[in-house]
Amino acid sequence: MAATFHGVGATVAALSSSSSPSNSFGSKKLLSSPSRSFSVRKRASFTVVRSDGSVNFDLNSKGRRAQQLIANAVATKADSSPASSSSKPGHELLLFEALREGLEEEMERDPCVCVMGEDVGHYGGSYKVTKGLATKFGDLRVLDTPIAENSFTGMGIGAAMTGLRPVVEGMNMGFLLLAFNQISNNCGMLHYTSGGQFTIPIVIRGPGGVGRQLGAEHSQRLESYFQSIPGIQMVACSTPYNAKGLMKAAIRSENPVILFEHVLLYNLKERIPDEDYICNLEEAEMVRPGEHVTILTYSRMRYHVMQAAKTLVNKGYDPEVIDIRSLKPFDLYTIGNSVKKTHRVLIVEECMRTGGIGASLTAAITENFNDYLDAPVMCLSSQDVPTPYAGTLEEWTVVQPAQIVTAVEQLCQ
Amino acid sequence: MALSHLAASASRSSSLLKPLSSALSLRRSISGDNSPLTVETSVPFTSHQCEAPSRSVETNPKELLTFFRDMALMRRMEIAADSLYKAKLIRGFCHLYDGQEAVAVGMEAAITKKDCIITAYRDHCTFVSRGGTLLEVFAELMGRQAGCSKGKGGSMHFYKKDSNFYGGHGIVGAQVPLGCGLAFAQKNSKDETVTFALYGDGAANQGQLFEALNISALWDLPAILVCENNHYGMGTAEWRAAKSPAYYKRGDYVPGLKVDGMDALAVKQACKFAKEHALKNGPIILEMDTYRYHGHSMSDPGSTYRTRDEISGVRQERDPIERIRKLILSHDLATEKELKDVEKEVRKEVDDAIAQAKESPMPEPSELFTNVYAKGLGVESFGADRKEVRATLP
Repeated sequence: MAATFHGVGATVAALSSSSSPSNSFGSKKLLSSPSRSFSVRKRASFTVVRSDGSVNFDLNSKGRRAQQLIANAVATKADSSPASSSSKPGHELLLFEALREGLEEEMERDPCVCVMGEDVGHYGGSYKVTKGLATKFGDLRVLDTPIAENSFTGMGIGAAMTGLRPVVEGMNMGFLLLAFNQISNNCGMLHYTSGGQFTIPIVIRGPGGVGRQLGAEHSQRLESYFQSIPGIQMVACSTPYNAKGLMKAAIRSENPVILFEHVLLYNLKERIPDEDYICNLEEAEMVRPGEHVTILTYSRMRYHVMQAAKTLVNKGYDPEVIDIRSLKPFDLYTIGNSVKKTHRVLIVEECMRTGGIGASLTAAITENFNDYLDAPVMCLSSQDVPTPYAGTLEEWTVVQPAQIVTAVEQLCQ
Repeated sequence: MALSHLAASASRSSSLLKPLSSALSLRRSISGDNSPLTVETSVPFTSHQCEAPSRSVETNPKELLTFFRDMALMRRMEIAADSLYKAKLIRGFCHLYDGQEAVAVGMEAAITKKDCIITAYRDHCTFVSRGGTLLEVFAELMGRQAGCSKGKGGSMHFYKKDSNFYGGHGIVGAQVPLGCGLAFAQKNSKDETVTFALYGDGAANQGQLFEALNISALWDLPAILVCENNHYGMGTAEWRAAKSPAYYKRGDYVPGLKVDGMDALAVKQACKFAKEHALKNGPIILEMDTYRYHGHSMSDPGSTYRTRDEISGVRQERDPIERIRKLILSHDLATEKELKDVEKEVRKEVDDAIAQAKESPMPEPSELFTNVYAKGLGVESFGADRKEVRATLP
């Protein structure tokens, strides 16, 4: 198990340590054997889904869910070993390759799936997610658009109204602000305002989040702006495994899904199963079961949390880490079970403090689980500032592992 | 002459017989026949980057009578909606199409139900021409269950999927990229159909239009952009909003055609031409020179930015229904009285539909949460305990 994760551990270390040597967070200490924190991550969450499985998989059906449940919720070591041995023959790849694999498999499976975006075709995608697809599927299915987000998102939605399943790529999520009207009014609301006549099975995806000194406009977290649009689903991927699974599930879903990727996570390496599998769009992922505190996170912050978790474990704490994955709707079931167990919640997110996913999640938890909380919900978010260019300042805008450790210590006292 | 005698005797008989006699007289002409008739359009077409179609339009008595009936129905429907709005049965926004009926009717005559139409918020008549029933219209306007969108859309959100009517959009100009997306799907399916994306002279200044036009021309999509130029973008006259009011030329490299939008036959000719063109050569722009008698919407009296003389002038000279009426009468396809009977019939139909719509109930409270997601997914179903929880309304 340890061997397969070295790649991930190393990349994670590279991610969170800053380039400046005067790193006051003492990250050196945290870079010890990465395998420990990942060893309990359940590998049993994959399922063999027949590739001719129905397009409309019924998420409501309890029977189905039992099969592909990631709630083998609290994974035990016993569970993971037989599973991991059968997953050994899987293949290793990077996150962007996993996205591409998911996309390619869905495009093969269903001729209605097409990709639209800037430079997705001949160029291969600015982050190589669509590399090779244009040569394989042709110009009518992998479409290079001009720089016109408003209209090509609108065109994707119009095509979806007729039954095509477009995957619209925003080269950077921030550019989709130009298409906000289309996403909000047409994508989100058409199913409702037409009384159910039209479904919009579109997937809007793209990288967002704070990268490496990309500047304010290219470091935006659009999930906070889109979260109140009724009618859309939002998911955020964080590992190659769930990236592929979520991509496939999003394409198969009848609802419009916005898939948030992160610029810094594209080179994560992981071993994923060879079989066909999808990840449930509305479920959260239990990353590390624990007893003392529930840490809710998603996307890149998951790795900061896991790094902090190592320190916390050394200090004697037992954090339960949940990658919420589904940003809209929240998986209040998994979260609720966790809160009922630990009675303390820490949310670590990359959105800004005001109006972010954390803010909504805090409200949802307080409303639903107030009786189970021993302490107020704590939420660590990015600062309410445009992301500065300077490396040190940029580091300070996002939540760092040391802050997470301090927060947990505060919560648990 | 025998007919007028018959009609005269009918007027003396009981009202029960009256419809019978008028039906008798109607059977002669209103059913019409398919014998070809050629009519010249009132105004020649002006073209940009293409050859204008001929001014002579092939039609037949049946079609002319259908035009008359349909336009009379639409006119009556819009006037009725006006009174319903004033009676506060219709709330919010209500944008009326009277004066522009020829565009909806002429377009429908040139295409099939497999071609797609998408328009903005002035969509009541386009919905009807696509096959929507009056009951669906009035029920939706009044927010009742029998409405085409179950009462959840309203005036600006009429849709009819089975006849490829894609609505019904409130945000100005946003429907044009959607329309180009429909054209993209049609190109993919290779079924020789086209999309008509309608917008107004106000929307013609939206950037997304040009973006969509660029992409459609690049990808050779069978998209026909139709500018319904009624010369006013809400309260702003077109000369105050557009530097170049020649909307059919705005496509630059995309051909365009300017059409008299108050002449249903000219509209039909242009749409036929445009469909053939789009299937072969990609997008084309049609500019329909039309006029709306009402204000922009029911909250706009329509007289603060234009004179009443202008409105009545257009009504006298260019009214689409009058034009067809004169055509029918001059070709002796029906008598004055028969046409008046059609109008009365249509009025009754509208009144009946309104009465029926008023009986339709308001949507159930649970309808608040249906259709947010396909198959009822969403926050309200997955409560903290994973049961189907519907929020209780206060």
